[in-house]
Amino acid sequence: MFYRRLFDFPTRGPRGPFSELDRLRRQVEQWHGALSEGALPMLAAGVFPLTNVTEDNDNYYVRAELPGIKSDDLDIQVTAKGISISGERKIPVEGNSVKYHRREREAGKFSRSINLADAIDVDKVDAKLKDGILTLTIPKAEISKPKQIKVQ
Amino acid sequence: MTDSQAKEIQVKPKHEVMSPAEQTTPGLVFTPSVDIFENERELTLLADLPGVTPENLTIDLRENTLTLTGEVEPFERADEEDVLIEYEIGKYYRQFSLSNVIDQSKIDAKLTDGVLRLTLPKVEEAKPRKIEVRT
Repeated sequence: MFYRRLFDFPTRGPRGPFSELDRLRRQVEQWHGALSEGALPMLAAGVFPLTNVTEDNDNYYVRAELPGIKSDDLDIQVTAKGISISGERKIPVEGNSVKYHRREREAGKFSRSINLADAIDVDKVDAKLKDGILTLTIPKAEISKPKQIKVQ
Repeated sequence: MTDSQAKEIQVKPKHEVMSPAEQTTPGLVFTPSVDIFENERELTLLADLPGVTPENLTIDLRENTLTLTGEVEPFERADEEDVLIEYEIGKYYRQFSLSNVIDQSKIDAKLTDGVLRLTLPKVEEAKPRKIEVRT
């Protein structure tokens, strides 16, 4: 199944030719993690919301899918070591006379914290919630930014 | 649901569509989570489509088949490096069969905060009516 995907979809995206391999590697790691629990703490966390963290030279970017959550229902805390996101997803009751055919969406509380490797600038963290996606832009502290050193 | 308010939300990995044969563009395709319920007047469908904007959502109805397709534009920039990746980004696709009691001309769709609310009113004949018995 995944072999076919490898060859069916040549990647021409901006992320380069290895992104498909990255995905394959993650999938294998996931299966591996499922077999031997605890072997991969990163994926074994399994805490809502699932979060993607990326970085460039200046910032960390934390993204999570939170459909239907209002900014009032979210609580974001920043410490020098990392961030924590908590909140509650509410699904309003749709009247008494309704009959459900499918019920796959879940409501409930959630809480998640993420530690970041480099020191961050706590005062300049920016949070955006748009179309059900939370994006945190976390600037790295000056001391943890890479610096180029000229040889005299 | 008052009893579910206190419980913790369980993590649910995105469900990938297993027959991507119909897709013409490369990329991943996921099945959105939905709630479907009805009352006497209408059928309502709620779908979680995080990252989909109203312009990128296609709702297609033909011959009683309702098709939802949501495109998600990648929001990561090319120069960002992965630190921790727990979910993948891709399209959303799901099909539903509707019975013909739906009034197809009065369907209403609303997309807010990544949640689609589709209201499908029932046709007049299908609504329950009390029939008076006369003597």
